[in-house]
Amino acid sequence: MQTANKFSVARYAPQRGPVAKLTARDSVLRRLDWPILLSAFALSALGSLLVWSATRNRTTLNQGDPYYFLLRHAMNTGIGLVLMIGTIALGHRTLRGVVPILYGLSLVLIIAVLTPLGATINGAHAWIVIGGGFSLQPSEFVKITIILGMAMLLAARVDAGDLAHPDHRTVMKALCLAAAPMGIVMLMPDLGSVMVMVVIVLGVLLASGASNRWVAGLLASGAAGAVLIWQLGVLDEYQINRFAAFANPELDPAGVGYNTNQARIAIGSGGLTGSGLFKGSQTTGQFVPEQQTDFVFTVAGEELGFLGAGLILVLLGVVLWRACVIARETTELYGTVVCAGIIAWFAFQAFENIGMTLGIMPVAGLPLPFVSYGGSSMFAVWVAIGLLQSIRVQRPLSA
Amino acid sequence: MTNIPETGRTHRVQIRLVILQVLVFSLLLTLGGRLWYLQIRNGQEYSDEAKNNHVQQVVQPAVRGSILDARGVPLADNETRLVVSASRTELMKIKDKGKGVLTRLAGVLDMKPQDVMDKVRLCDSKTPQPCWNGSPYQPIPVTLEATTQQALQIRERPEDFPGITAEPTAVRRYPAPGGANTGQVLGYLSPVTDDEIVKAKNTNSPFLRSDQVGRFGLERTYDKALRGKSGVTRYEVDNLGRVIGQAANDPAVPGANLVTSIDARVQGVAEYELNAAMIEARKQIDRNTGVPYKADAGAIVVLESKTGRVVAMASNPTYDPNVWVGGISGKDYAKLTAKESNVPLMNRAIQGQAAPGSIFKVIPTAAAVNAGYKFDGDYPCPSSYSIGGQVFKNFESQGHGNITLGRALEVSCDTVFYALGHQQWLKDGGLHPVKNPAQIFYKTAHQFGLGAETGVDLPGEEKGRVPDREWKQKFWEANKDQWCKTGKKGGTYVELLSYENCLEGNLMRAGDAVNYSIGQGDTLVTPIQMATIYAAISNGGTLWNPTIGKAIISADGKNVEEIKPKSHGKLPMTEETRSKIGEALEGVATRGTAAWRFGGWPQKEIPMHAKTGTAEVYGKQTTSWFATYTEDYTIVMTISQGGTGSGASGPAVRNVYNALYGLDMAGKQDPKKALLPKPEAELPKVQPDGSIDAPEVRPYVPPSPEESAPPALAGPPAPPAHRQD
Repeated sequence: MQTANKFSVARYAPQRGPVAKLTARDSVLRRLDWPILLSAFALSALGSLLVWSATRNRTTLNQGDPYYFLLRHAMNTGIGLVLMIGTIALGHRTLRGVVPILYGLSLVLIIAVLTPLGATINGAHAWIVIGGGFSLQPSEFVKITIILGMAMLLAARVDAGDLAHPDHRTVMKALCLAAAPMGIVMLMPDLGSVMVMVVIVLGVLLASGASNRWVAGLLASGAAGAVLIWQLGVLDEYQINRFAAFANPELDPAGVGYNTNQARIAIGSGGLTGSGLFKGSQTTGQFVPEQQTDFVFTVAGEELGFLGAGLILVLLGVVLWRACVIARETTELYGTVVCAGIIAWFAFQAFENIGMTLGIMPVAGLPLPFVSYGGSSMFAVWVAIGLLQSIRVQRPLSA
Repeated sequence: MTNIPETGRTHRVQIRLVILQVLVFSLLLTLGGRLWYLQIRNGQEYSDEAKNNHVQQVVQPAVRGSILDARGVPLADNETRLVVSASRTELMKIKDKGKGVLTRLAGVLDMKPQDVMDKVRLCDSKTPQPCWNGSPYQPIPVTLEATTQQALQIRERPEDFPGITAEPTAVRRYPAPGGANTGQVLGYLSPVTDDEIVKAKNTNSPFLRSDQVGRFGLERTYDKALRGKSGVTRYEVDNLGRVIGQAANDPAVPGANLVTSIDARVQGVAEYELNAAMIEARKQIDRNTGVPYKADAGAIVVLESKTGRVVAMASNPTYDPNVWVGGISGKDYAKLTAKESNVPLMNRAIQGQAAPGSIFKVIPTAAAVNAGYKFDGDYPCPSSYSIGGQVFKNFESQGHGNITLGRALEVSCDTVFYALGHQQWLKDGGLHPVKNPAQIFYKTAHQFGLGAETGVDLPGEEKGRVPDREWKQKFWEANKDQWCKTGKKGGTYVELLSYENCLEGNLMRAGDAVNYSIGQGDTLVTPIQMATIYAAISNGGTLWNPTIGKAIISADGKNVEEIKPKSHGKLPMTEETRSKIGEALEGVATRGTAAWRFGGWPQKEIPMHAKTGTAEVYGKQTTSWFATYTEDYTIVMTISQGGTGSGASGPAVRNVYNALYGLDMAGKQDPKKALLPKPEAELPKVQPDGSIDAPEVRPYVPPSPEESAPPALAGPPAPPAHRQD
């Protein structure tokens, strides 16, 4: 730690050209967490193949162009990478300063969804159609602003050295900050996103060092809230049906259980090595609905088999493992909390998404990070990678 | 770069981060475990499900093989009809869902457009007939009877008729060469049932809804070989049923041809002569009842003596098997099974059971020898035999003094057998049998194959009945309640009978044993059983399972699978006894009860053996039985309510022999006229292209009355005065 301060390269570094800057031993490029970057990129690249396979024959969706979704997915990944680079360039600390603006912006966007600007897709009124075939799902960005906002509030006094742990008032404020957008998303109703946000809040609180009572209390109120939602009939019929189909997929194999059944058949039939890309009968025959987005994992299961689907799990594992390492290595609580929020987000969303295709979780409209087709989700997860990289890049060298 | 003081890294946060990490990786492990469970452990189950999901089978029916006679003459084959079919898959691709095409098609076929559309719509719970019940991927037949003109119109303008095909398609036909309709032997086909479809669904030869399955006769016994293997094209379809590719393709394997031992010409003669004999019998007055004989049913079986192969088998009343082609109408079916028509569907040669009468006597003869009686001993043949005041008449009512067993067969002396049967009954303990009675007379009948199937390669064979003590007991147990209810002491004959049966129906009475000894009473046999027995006497004692199928030859003629007749036993007698019985049966034909029917027969060249039988049936006229054999052939004929054995059946059997050997009534043989002087040994040739060189069969020309008159020199012996054989 001491040596790190003594030899802090940033302080003594002479002026260098841009190329030299990037190739120098202490450059940003060298300090980036390459395993996490490569794994995330591999997931997106694999995703583009899977999305391609799933949509090549869906003429009603791809407007007759079999490469339509492949190109868009690649483009989304590209934009995601640019957003990541931008995030690294700005740095998470800089972003900390503009969190109120970002927070306000995301609130405006999700409120706009509730106005006639919003569009309903698959039962959730969660989209803003921009035009030209593009649409925006603001709840994806809300996940980031909640993480940043809560981290900012919770870590402020701890990082300043005033407190060892955030006090009750701070925790209260942070919860209120998260509750506002979550309430609006609930109205859409985009229950899947709300579930993810609840888990994010839990992860953030856990990592912030907030009192155990808060963590326990949040868990309890989450459970109570779920019961309340069920009892009060806030849920739409499609949501209740999804849960019913989860409980018993044989209930109505042609109706709500259809998705679950077909997804399970697709994955199960893959075996060890799968049928080969483009050769899965379930995929070519379009038996699984929403296969390029929420059910993209079934393409991997069927066409790439246990090895391919397992690779996705391994790559996600690498991303999460590196994120955990970054969280532990960073010395400031702000970075730790942001990392924890992202870990909770990725882990839960991946678990829910893959779990529903495997029949161990109820169906909820959540994309698989990096892999599923969808711009908003893609952009959000790459911004999150950017945040992780930024935290890693700005960590003390000794760590 | 790190100006911010390092506070905040408390122990609590470190622990919490570890907890978070553990949670995250347990989630990932859960997913991995579940993935392994679905893909590796249960993978097969899901791939099967995926297969069912996306593969649709279209079945091309295999052409059913022909049933040929011994020389290759088709008894059942296929004719080509022009079938116009519509493919729904193609029609649905058109904007108006094929409406225009079907309307145009209706115009060409002279049908109403609505009728055509109704035919190609799919059946469901709300759709009334007509509708298509099969796979929607299958071409749906619109008409089975298009003309060449209509087919040409469709095929010349494929652009006007997308999805419509006009193809020659094979349809079953029973051509009845030379008048040999062979109906009950060939059997028939009828549409496959839902159950059968379900059962065969996952086999490699699934059924089409339009498939026909052999239900009776040879069509059923050899159904599998004849049917061949349907071709299956597997299409991969998507979730909306659109075809997206073609998977494995199994081409259809046409059914094999069945060569039978039946000779169409002999079959024609047998059918004609059986019918003629029955018509003739109906002209004769039954002296017992005073009315003409009813001759309501009859059967004739011609076997190859040395192999048990069936050369001809006819049952009367008969029917035209072509009524089954293309689905039988309810009216036709009712006619075939109605009581008034006397069930023409029944094959009486294997299903008609009756008391055999005197043709049975070879069995008690053998039994007597087995029981220790000398064949050439002296046996009294009085005109009647009495047991305790009950008199059993020799039906000829004529005494012959002391005679041998052989002579008893020749003159068909009942009293000789009465005495033998009665003595054996006493030996077994009479009414109160000893433990495990020998029952030699009954045991011998079982050994002759009676009371059991002969194993003929036709379905539905009846077993007949040997009324031994065990059967009496079982029959009484099954019926005593009914008997005791209806029986009445001092009532009508039937009531009295029931009363007696109720009391002691389980006991073998002396009368039962006596009646049985001449093939009367409760004894039942089928013509095929008796033919098997007489063929065995002819061939040295082997009881062959009668076989009709001789070989199964693949459609291209390359694979020939011969069907070897199997034996179900040997006659229970020594060679000496057998030859003595043979001599006696020759005596029947030359000087005994059948001699008057074999006047002029070249006995030296073709030794003829015969036994006549006239069986009594309570409440009915007598059953005529005639069992005969030469070295090569065995013919058994019977006419229910037809009169005496030689009287009613004699001329017909003689005419069949004459046709086989090319003989006239004077015994002159004309080799050119001989249909089959020796059994057919060769198999017909099936060419690689599936064609068969079959000789032409000319219809049987029955002999004129002059021709069928017995030769003048021999002089007609006086026909028996009585109904005895």
